[in-house]
Amino acid sequence: MVAALSADKSNVSLSVTDLHKSFGAHEVLKGVSLKACEGDVISLLGSSGSGKSTFLRCINLLETPTSGLITVHGEDIKMSKDRQGASHPTDPRQVERIRARLAMVFQSFNLWSHMTVMDNVIAGPIHVLKQSRAEAIEHAKEVLERVGMYERRDYYPSHISGGQQQRAAIARALAMKPEVMLFDEPTSALDPELVGEVLKVIRSLAEEGRTMVVVTHEMAFARDVSSEVIFLHQGLIEEQGSPAQMFNDPKSNRFKEFLSTTRQ
Amino acid sequence: MDVIFEYKQILIEGTLVTISLAVLSLLLSIVLGLIGAFAKLSSSRGVRRAGNIYTLFVRSVPDLVLMMLIFFGGQTLLSQIGGLTGLWDYIEINQFVAGVLTLGFIFGAYMSETFRGAILAIPRGQIEAAMAVGMKPGQIFRIVTWPQMVRFALPSFTNNWLVLVKSTALVSVIGLHDLVWNAFSAGRSTHQLFSFMIAVMVIYLVITGLSDLILRRVDRKYAAGVRKA
Repeated sequence: MVAALSADKSNVSLSVTDLHKSFGAHEVLKGVSLKACEGDVISLLGSSGSGKSTFLRCINLLETPTSGLITVHGEDIKMSKDRQGASHPTDPRQVERIRARLAMVFQSFNLWSHMTVMDNVIAGPIHVLKQSRAEAIEHAKEVLERVGMYERRDYYPSHISGGQQQRAAIARALAMKPEVMLFDEPTSALDPELVGEVLKVIRSLAEEGRTMVVVTHEMAFARDVSSEVIFLHQGLIEEQGSPAQMFNDPKSNRFKEFLSTTRQ
Repeated sequence: MDVIFEYKQILIEGTLVTISLAVLSLLLSIVLGLIGAFAKLSSSRGVRRAGNIYTLFVRSVPDLVLMMLIFFGGQTLLSQIGGLTGLWDYIEINQFVAGVLTLGFIFGAYMSETFRGAILAIPRGQIEAAMAVGMKPGQIFRIVTWPQMVRFALPSFTNNWLVLVKSTALVSVIGLHDLVWNAFSAGRSTHQLFSFMIAVMVIYLVITGLSDLILRRVDRKYAAGVRKA
């Protein structure tokens, strides 16, 4: 039984089941599920207010889901309810451990502004993964070269462009050797001419078979790169499927409408 | 002026008392300020309220009144506790300790406002980024919050410190032999109060000047990554 289960689950990196999230009386997510196998690139689309960013932030518990189950490589994140019925993680240590395995790239980069690019990249490996400084720097060299930021390693975030900051933030995420990468609208805060350099990096990561979940407004990226597209509307999955099927033959009216407005 | 040099020993002693009183009070106020700031930012309503009551209380009661409350009231309270439990007869609160406790308590409230503002000035996203790599709360404070908080807090911190140095003069009221008390008694006995007060003024100016120099260095150290306008 156990063997059968684990064989069946072996390549599921991340699964989310029936996730609900309310802010006060307002229910933002009304039961959203997702399953990412190793190497999957899942694009989350939706208009603003559809809950896609909230959903992504719930996966690594930056927002606490009201209910639902999150499983990372077969390990369930344990949640419990307090007396008021509010949900919270049972074991903060488990949350920290799981977060270290799910790297996140934010819309506004969120680099630590008092640290150089290099220090930003090695902080997690040193303090969380307990690597030695030398080891962390060596690996940082690799990931910084990967995103084309090694020459800028001694710059502070305020001295480089938004595109460079985002690439540095991607290097910071890669340095954690994550099992799944979560991207929260990684190009939305960028000037149009800087979008390309960041998308190119994310694309190349997808192509080397990294598991990722990407909230995005970049339709071309979603169409060309993802293995699955999920369209969220008002806290529910309105339509999901392969990009070919979704973009060539959209079923729901809402997704058709969404595509027509974004194509303008 | 000769009389000042004659009494220089007593002025030096007073200055040392003033400086150690100020520094120890500052350390206590930093600890209380951090606790106060995190209390005010706590997600628990009760803890937030306790933090707010602390600063409201300190801000509304004159420093001198608080000092006498702690010095004389504390004395009475301790004696009564001793009498009730039979553990001790009579305890005298040392003026220096009373001074440190009072000034630390008062300036802790001001520091908690300073620190609260400084913590809020750090973009929330940077804290989230630290959480997202799996850092523990203590690590987030040490690696992300503290170094940036110092920079944001420094202007107001400097102001608090300068006011604190001057407030140490209040402690002469409860009889601590600080710079002001010593100068005042020397001035009275020599009938040269004016000369002594000039000397006191100069010494306070020197202390202030030196602190300015030190704090500028701290500012430079923590200004890493700040774009110069």
